[in-house]
Amino acid sequence: MNHDYQYTPKNGFSKWLDKRLPLMRFADENLLSFPTPKNLNYFYTFGFILTMCLVTQIITGIVLAMHYVPNTSLAFDSIEHIMRDVNYGWLIRYMHSNGASMFFLAVFIHMFRGLYYGSYKEPREIIWILGVVIFLLMIITGFMGYVLPWGQMSFWGATVITNLVATIPVIGEPVLTLLLGGYSVDNPTLNRFFSLHYLLPFVIFGVVILHIWALHVTGNNNPTGIEVKDDKDTISFHPYYTVKDLFAYVVFLLMFCYFIFYNPNILGHPDNYIEADPMLTPAHIVPEWYLLPFYAILRAVPDKLMGVLLMFGSIVVLFFLPWLDTMKVKSARYRPLYKIFFLFFVIFCLLLGYLGAKPPEGIYLLLSRVSTIYYFAFFLVIMPILSRIEKPSPMPIGISNPAINNTSDSDGGVSGTPSYAMDSK
Amino acid sequence: MNIFRNIFKNNMFIFLVLIFGFSVTANSAEGTTFKNLKPGFSFEGPFGKFDKESLKRGYQVYSEVCSSCHGLKQLSFRNLSQPGGPEFSIERVKEIASGYSITDGFDEYGEPLERSMLPSDRFPRPYGSKEEAKGANNGAYPPDLSLIVKARADGYNYLYSLLKGYEEEIPEDLDIGDLSYNPWYPGGAIAMYQPLYDESVEYEDGTLATIDQMSYDVANFLTWAAEPTMEERKRLGFIVMGFLIIFVILMYLSVSRLFRDVH
Repeated sequence: MNHDYQYTPKNGFSKWLDKRLPLMRFADENLLSFPTPKNLNYFYTFGFILTMCLVTQIITGIVLAMHYVPNTSLAFDSIEHIMRDVNYGWLIRYMHSNGASMFFLAVFIHMFRGLYYGSYKEPREIIWILGVVIFLLMIITGFMGYVLPWGQMSFWGATVITNLVATIPVIGEPVLTLLLGGYSVDNPTLNRFFSLHYLLPFVIFGVVILHIWALHVTGNNNPTGIEVKDDKDTISFHPYYTVKDLFAYVVFLLMFCYFIFYNPNILGHPDNYIEADPMLTPAHIVPEWYLLPFYAILRAVPDKLMGVLLMFGSIVVLFFLPWLDTMKVKSARYRPLYKIFFLFFVIFCLLLGYLGAKPPEGIYLLLSRVSTIYYFAFFLVIMPILSRIEKPSPMPIGISNPAINNTSDSDGGVSGTPSYAMDSK
Repeated sequence: MNIFRNIFKNNMFIFLVLIFGFSVTANSAEGTTFKNLKPGFSFEGPFGKFDKESLKRGYQVYSEVCSSCHGLKQLSFRNLSQPGGPEFSIERVKEIASGYSITDGFDEYGEPLERSMLPSDRFPRPYGSKEEAKGANNGAYPPDLSLIVKARADGYNYLYSLLKGYEEEIPEDLDIGDLSYNPWYPGGAIAMYQPLYDESVEYEDGTLATIDQMSYDVANFLTWAAEPTMEERKRLGFIVMGFLIIFVILMYLSVSRLFRDVH
């Protein structure tokens, strides 16, 4: 890391401030001069994109809450009031509803990135674990948010998912009653979901701060998975990554805006434009697209309790990742076997997403089961075995040094041609 | 184009893009088994605008035919004159509204007051309650039409197909009882009798009111009714996308310039 650089207050005021509250020093060390590996690719821009997603959701959400009414007889109409009568209400609401999808899209890419480059490995276990906590909070928040418009899918989705709690032995029933504020999804449920949907994003925000804090203690991982050795390996966060992240964010925004302005309802279900009717069950109850993989796992198992356990297990298992994959080499770039299993993992995750929208019968059910087995086997069987048997392919000495490391104790003294060798596989 | 080459070189990228593609198709795969007719509407596409004359005719069909059973509770009369809609004149909207009456407030003796409607009033509801609506329609509830286009997959094409899709010949294996047969309706048996016949209405602008024309106009009108801000949305979208495209080019140039010397 860069130890030569020191923040020096330039004028009287910043000197005065620096002695009392070193705010500028903090900003400088963490946002401006922060030494960052110079070889980060575009998969590493999703952290910034996700921060922007969170901020967008919070701002649009606060405005929506000014006009929304959390009451079963008024909620649906209040959304239409926002869409029709509030100035730019349609824009804010479409930003918020599509923003949730963008948030999840970005977080999936961010997580797959972490899996591919081994970003969860020592010394970054805490960063990864905090990330999983954020993901879990996002799922809960997203689910509760989907209930608020009080459409048919809101109501029936809430009914199906909350009823899962009842499968837990002994405490299931009382917990469900507490969660719903009664014996079925009704006004008290809507009220508490609204309250929690407003609260949780700020909790997420807090955990994001911890996530970034932990990241700034260890520094970034990078596509080679080789730790930073000296100043030659790093560039300052600003202007390099501020500009690169911003560019990636604008590209992301282009896609986001396509949905907002030209196809705002494609990611939602038409049934949610029908007001909730407890007497009328929709033909197919499906969650939002980003929860479909978990829904597929839930339904892959004939036993309800087992299904619930597996669904939660699919996220819980992520917490143990740093200790399931003990291979020292981080990046899949130098792990020929892991790379193949990883690609299959991505394919099966996609397949689970597809299957979550299909009825759990026939070939769909069979495929759900196969995918679920692979999902868990990837973490619980494949990772530990590969950690023992896999022979990594030749690796460069360092981030700035493309020469192949033949000895185990090379200190990176060989001078290679400066090039993009790191990015060519 | 180093940056893009780097992105695409990574085979992971393709798969990640697919997550999204998959989920989108998974969500939109549902729909009626009968393929909707696609007459082609002027509001389709990123620059689509409503055909105002068709919206006006569609309103006429709604008010003369549909409104006897179906409400439009999210709309107020004033919406009929706002930009991006049928754009009736204010005078015309006042005249339309005054044709209906509403009980509103009390007189000095506490008796309910009746007055004629104003542009600021919501469209009148055909029935006092859901129960009344069901009672008058053999137990089937005629849904409110404010959001019907958004509440059905491929809404406007579905609506158009459904309205002109009634058939007299009922398939032999289908028992529809008192209901009508419409192959576009899921299951085929629909509680709504065929609502439109040639010249059910006499269009104010002299257009020939064929079943096809009326179905088209109503589908148009109800698409607007489901989202009166659509034109505004696409207009703003054009400006925002234009800005972002210029911005993204500048950002791309900045990134390439900045990383030119990073090896």
